[in-house]
Amino acid sequence: MALTLMKGSEAIAEAAIRAGCRYFFGYPITPQTEIPEYMSARMPEIGGCFLQAESEVGAINMVYGAAGTGARVLTSSSSPGVSLKQEGISYIAASELPCVIMNVMRGGPGLGSIQAGQGDYFQATKGGGHGDYHLVVFAPASVQEAIDLMSVAFDTADKYRNPVMVVADGMICQMMEPVVLPEMQDYKIDYSVKTWAANGRGMSKPQRAIINSLYINTEDLDMLNERLQATYRVIEANEVRYEAYNLEGAEIVCTAFGTVARITKSAIDDLKEEGINVGLIRPITLWPFPYKQLHDAAVAPGVKAVLDVELNAGQMLEDVKLAVNGEQKVDFFGHYGSHMPTPEEIKEKLLSMREVL
Amino acid sequence: MAVVFEKTKMLTDTVFHYCPGCNHGIAHRLVAESIEDLGLEDNVIGVAPVGCAVFAYNYFNCDMYEAAHGRAPAVATGIKRVHPEVCVFTYQGDGDLASIGTNEIVHAAHRGEKLTVIFINNAIYGMTGGQMAPTTLVGQKTTTSPYGRSEEWCGAPIKICEMLSQIPGCYYAERVALNSTANIIKAKKAITKAFRYQMEGHGLNIVEVLSTCPTNWGLSPVEAMKWLEENMIPYYPLGVYKDKGAE
Ligand SMILES: Cc1ncc(C[n+]2csc(CCOP(=O)(O)OP(=O)(O)O)c2C)c(N)n1
Ligand code: SF4
Repeated sequence: MALTLMKGSEAIAEAAIRAGCRYFFGYPITPQTEIPEYMSARMPEIGGCFLQAESEVGAINMVYGAAGTGARVLTSSSSPGVSLKQEGISYIAASELPCVIMNVMRGGPGLGSIQAGQGDYFQATKGGGHGDYHLVVFAPASVQEAIDLMSVAFDTADKYRNPVMVVADGMICQMMEPVVLPEMQDYKIDYSVKTWAANGRGMSKPQRAIINSLYINTEDLDMLNERLQATYRVIEANEVRYEAYNLEGAEIVCTAFGTVARITKSAIDDLKEEGINVGLIRPITLWPFPYKQLHDAAVAPGVKAVLDVELNAGQMLEDVKLAVNGEQKVDFFGHYGSHMPTPEEIKEKLLSMREVL
Repeated sequence: MAVVFEKTKMLTDTVFHYCPGCNHGIAHRLVAESIEDLGLEDNVIGVAPVGCAVFAYNYFNCDMYEAAHGRAPAVATGIKRVHPEVCVFTYQGDGDLASIGTNEIVHAAHRGEKLTVIFINNAIYGMTGGQMAPTTLVGQKTTTSPYGRSEEWCGAPIKICEMLSQIPGCYYAERVALNSTANIIKAKKAITKAFRYQMEGHGLNIVEVLSTCPTNWGLSPVEAMKWLEENMIPYYPLGVYKDKGAE
């Protein structure tokens, strides 16, 4: 297969298109603006639709409209913009609509910075908007993985009728890597399969489509919530993805996601050359989180501690602690959003932990 | 027996929840009849607002969405971009369209979205129990303007048709009322035109319907209609504000 050198943001956008996405609604914000820019040039070439919305609120509601027709639709933004989308995301989740939302996270809170961050972990995995709902959240660590996860994201959204979020950071979007792109999929909405979707043929269908999240009677709302929770349990059972790295004989098990996991791997590789074994569990799905897999790795014979590394003040750390369940020491190393930790810093932290083990 | 009148098939048999004397019911019927008159029964998607018409998806007998408060024009945009051949309409109140959703309607108009917007102006927030709306008249008492709306404090009531008709992408804007048989007939014509223009490929098309809210105005249905005639129509003059099709 042919390798192409591509910038992350463009590769992600192209991968979405090749996964059958023909509708993109977005609003410019650094560091993801190259995604809408690419879409604005590419969509007209393939008969798709790129529309620059008036705001992220507008964009996510356009997504709601398009997703309700069963089309494959994407929106992309960065932290402050994703905060604005939360109202719409809650409605989309409650209305059981498939779509994909990209968050190219930057430093926060507030306007924060335009450099990479991971401070939206809580927002992505614990709700973000109002109500009891979950997004499936993918966190790629390389451009190739981001490409590969794009079609998985659309398929997962369709399979469960649930919105999917892909979180990345400016680093993944800005860097160029040699990648393999998948074949083009020409996705056609099949209304005999997506019987819930709106196509305007309400009169001639057995049942007209009603895309809605209002359930004024307690029993009806209970029914929606039971259905959603049942879906989440199935997702938890079937969709956990993670990477296990160098766990064999590890003294310490690291946890990290996205770009930070890649940097952590460099530290692990360096230490290995010095004869020190450190492992890594890298969640690829932040929700559902690989609780069991991390637990088992953390309590394996020979492991003496867990180190969670993040580009925030310690958000995934809470899930790491839940996974470990008090059965192992858990330490944290992080920077606030906007300056990446270096492999040397992580190495130093691991060495200092080793001294007291 | 000869059938002299039939309820339009674009309305379901669900009983309206609207209060006695409320104009939402008449407006629903005109919208439904217009869709049927134009033969769009099996080629139409509606978007309901947050407001008293929140259950419109139970009444209009077609594919329907319920949008977040004020967002209907953005939702309708998403639908229309996937199905440009399908008739797409929103039905929105004045809190929905003229307050929380101004950004969405203004930009939908600027883009010239090929939509039909039915805008119910009843000078109050009906659903939440009678708070001040951006369309509440100066001096009008509501639960959040108990001393009457002060222009100095809250500004003047928003005139949506006047505002949107300034936008190049707005194709058709007309304000109607439902206070007499003659005006109901005019309103029906306006609504039908707003749908026809969309299907001819034009947008944005909006019909503002001056509407009563006897419950929250604290008036009987008859008094409410009189209040609308004496207070709303003078401030919100009826008529065509823009009609590119007639130019
Ligand atoms: C984001 C959000 N803010 C506030 C509300 C509460 N709310 C529900 S309906 C409404 C006002 C509706 O008034 P209007 O649009 O004039 O419609 P009417 O009920 O008069 O027909 C408000 C403020 C809400 N549902 N969502
Ligand atoms: S509260 Fe007002 S707007 Fe709402 S249904 Fe009753 S009369 Fe109509």
